[in-house]
Amino acid sequence: MAARTVPTTTELVRQSLRGRRFSPGGVVFELGLLLMLLLALLILVTLLADILAGALPVFRERGVVDFVTSPLSLNGETAGVSSAIMGSVALTVIVALVSFPIGIGAAVYLEEYAPDNRVTRFIDTNIRNLAGVPSIVYGLLGLAVVVGLVDVIGLGGPGTTSGRNVVTAGLTMSILVLPIVIITAAEALRAVPSAIREAGFGVGATRWEVIRHHVLPSAAPGILTGTILTLARAFGETAPLLLIGVATGFFSAGAGASVVDQLTGKYTALPVVVFSWSRQPTEGFQDHLAPAAIVVLLAVLFTANAAAILLRNRYERKW
Amino acid sequence: MTTATDLSGNPQRRRKEAMIRRVFFAAAAFSILISLAIVLSLVGEAWNFVRQVELASLWDIGWFPRRGLYDIPTIVIATLLIAGVAMAVAVPLGLGAAVYLSEFARPRLRRLLKPALEALAGIPSVVLGFFALVWISPQIVQRFSSAGVFSMAAAGIGVGILTTPLVASVSEDAMRAVPGALREASYGLGATKATTVRRVVFPAAISGIAASLILGVSRAIGETMVVFMAAGAVGGSLRTWNVLEGGQTMTAAMASLAIGTDQVAGEGLAFQSLFFVGLLLFVMTLTLNAISNRFVRRVREKY
Amino acid sequence: MDRATSAEPVADHEGVVAAAPARNGLTRRVELRERAAAAPADREVVFDVSDLSVWYGSFRAIRDIELTVGKHEITAFIGPSGCGKSTLLRCFNRMNDLIDTARVEGSVRYHGVDLYGDDVDPVEVRRRIGMVFQKPNPFPKSIYDNIAFGPKIAGYEGDMDDIVERSLRRAALWDEVEDKLKDSALALSGGQQQRLCIARAIATDPDVLLMDEPASALDPIATLRIEELMYELKEDYTIVIVTHNMQQAARVSDRTAFFTVDVGDDGQRTGVLVELDETGKIFTNPNQRQTEDYITGRFG
Repeated sequence: MAARTVPTTTELVRQSLRGRRFSPGGVVFELGLLLMLLLALLILVTLLADILAGALPVFRERGVVDFVTSPLSLNGETAGVSSAIMGSVALTVIVALVSFPIGIGAAVYLEEYAPDNRVTRFIDTNIRNLAGVPSIVYGLLGLAVVVGLVDVIGLGGPGTTSGRNVVTAGLTMSILVLPIVIITAAEALRAVPSAIREAGFGVGATRWEVIRHHVLPSAAPGILTGTILTLARAFGETAPLLLIGVATGFFSAGAGASVVDQLTGKYTALPVVVFSWSRQPTEGFQDHLAPAAIVVLLAVLFTANAAAILLRNRYERKW
Repeated sequence: MTTATDLSGNPQRRRKEAMIRRVFFAAAAFSILISLAIVLSLVGEAWNFVRQVELASLWDIGWFPRRGLYDIPTIVIATLLIAGVAMAVAVPLGLGAAVYLSEFARPRLRRLLKPALEALAGIPSVVLGFFALVWISPQIVQRFSSAGVFSMAAAGIGVGILTTPLVASVSEDAMRAVPGALREASYGLGATKATTVRRVVFPAAISGIAASLILGVSRAIGETMVVFMAAGAVGGSLRTWNVLEGGQTMTAAMASLAIGTDQVAGEGLAFQSLFFVGLLLFVMTLTLNAISNRFVRRVREKY
Repeated sequence: MDRATSAEPVADHEGVVAAAPARNGLTRRVELRERAAAAPADREVVFDVSDLSVWYGSFRAIRDIELTVGKHEITAFIGPSGCGKSTLLRCFNRMNDLIDTARVEGSVRYHGVDLYGDDVDPVEVRRRIGMVFQKPNPFPKSIYDNIAFGPKIAGYEGDMDDIVERSLRRAALWDEVEDKLKDSALALSGGQQQRLCIARAIATDPDVLLMDEPASALDPIATLRIEELMYELKEDYTIVIVTHNMQQAARVSDRTAFFTVDVGDDGQRTGVLVELDETGKIFTNPNQRQTEDYITGRFG
């Protein structure tokens, strides 16, 4: 046997611990995953950069204000998004007015009143299913039911509009977002600790009094955050509008049209304008005006999301 | 000090309570009404279509509704092709990002990158459709293939980007639901992080991950704008299996029927075909979502 | 029962210390107990429970409960965990109604009236029978609003400031918060929050106070203050307290009910009442073997 220094125990331990600290397989795996994440983000950045690049000439030449306040036009140098913004805003307001009371009311029922039985579970499953239905199907519903309904109750609008107006759009979108409103409101209600409710009942409050004075105020920030995000989503939806007759081409409300006529007549929305301008390769519509409209759209959505996050951070309670 | 023992309370207060409860119930029941309306309106017009259409035209060379050709497989195949391309994009990106964020990223990195991923989720489909048309198509699809301006490949990639955040967030939830005790057991046996993730966490979260994939497919199938803007073939398409060609999915077919002329006529087979396709789409996505829910429930039961 | 007159802790023949620490309140407490013990026939019964069982779905939580609670007494429910003490307590103010699957069989009479009768409004019941919970649960509002809530919804239209002050004084909290009534109740310490909850329960001018392990989430000093409070509150209210702390029951209560878990043939664990008697007797010379085993720590 060759003479060899016998390693001490400390040495042995140190060597064995150092062992396989570097395993190439593991590193490759981790790097691969990171690559995926970065790729996704890179795509986001590319998208934003490309759009911004396309939109910049418009803003530089005409300024943001001019672009935002000019109405639709076939002329690529004067076309703006004011009519689109008006339509989208009107639509969003209707969505807020219709879907929030019904949605929050339904959530209150499901979380605070409903006994745990088959009917309740059926309603719950039903709502979850509705949330997963493609948006265009809601467009079909709007076409089949809402358009006719709006026309019948007298809000069909001037000329040949026959119900293809912002009122229909608002109602259809309300139906679309209703399941989401219910789900987010229900989550916010569920987050309120049950100890609060018990305390309320303990001093002799009725269920509504407990809900009104304690549960809803506590859940309000969460509900508000959820509803802002939902409205943002409704603002950006396009497909259902296409089915219920949004104007995709140029139209004008007509000089001196009354407010009612404007509300019940032809309309357009910001995402729809993006859509139609994207298909027009002439006069800078596709190259510059569409991206500019997208910038406006994203700006609105970004503001809404930021507001929601700020709200949540400010009012989130640490129980 | 009360010694009176009238415990019947205030009847007015009780009546008010009962009424309020009924109002809230009505709100909840309204959601059932909506489902009913969807199903009835779809089935009604779809049935009209099925009654009147020549069954032969349901299996033809292509989908040209205004010429009376209603080859269903055309649009279904296109839908599946695009969903396939979309998942080919969304699964590696979404799942990869989710695994990294959930298992490897340090908290600070996570707090920075997760909102960015969620920002991607907030981008409306119309914007992604535009991006697919003016950037993905020329810069990626056309550069490496013989495709034209409109192709199912370009649209598919766009839908994939759209679906990535969904796959990412549901998968991430699934992995975070795996109890830390399992990971610790693995580390305790001397496994590396990569091994732990591959051999322990991922399999444990597989139900939730499967759910996310199914949801992704459902979302991809239901997407309209990206396809409508980037896949072309508005007005009609031939049946094809070639992703480099243009094509119409079920959703795009519906959209183009709606805006082909300036209004959708109230009668006519073309109008009714709209609902037939809609019903088909509705059933497909409902089924997929139901299956996905079953997977999610399995996750919940396990933990 | 000689120990009632001594001012020092006394160990009985079993070595169990069952007397309250020497304090001013002790003499008064002694008087009240003697009064109660002296006139059992005049003892006014507030709760009369007869053949009571409570089910949660198909699980029977407690069965065959027979007991009475006397006016201006402190009655303690003791026993191992899971024996249904809280369940029984919550029958007294119909808090079990809030649980979907709960079902009550038998009768609970409150001043002779069937609490579960058809024309009884649970909301009214809870106004007269207040409750303090194990973990302090003030509303996330100001101290003032916490107290004012109960009277306000009961339709009280008088001087709210007066009620708030009186309730806080009764709960021995006024001195500590009188200049910060508008501050958030959540900023108070645990012990203070619990006294606030007691004040809140008192504000509706109830007849009875139910306390479900009111001091178990508090430190010993805060616990002692709550116990002192109970002696004082006994003057105006009838108190029923659930506690897993035997010494507390011995210190504080006039009568004690001992419950235990009975494992049935089907394996179901149902709570039953073993013994109900004067506290002194329960802790020094109980009738039942089970009680004695529990008291001396042989189980539970």
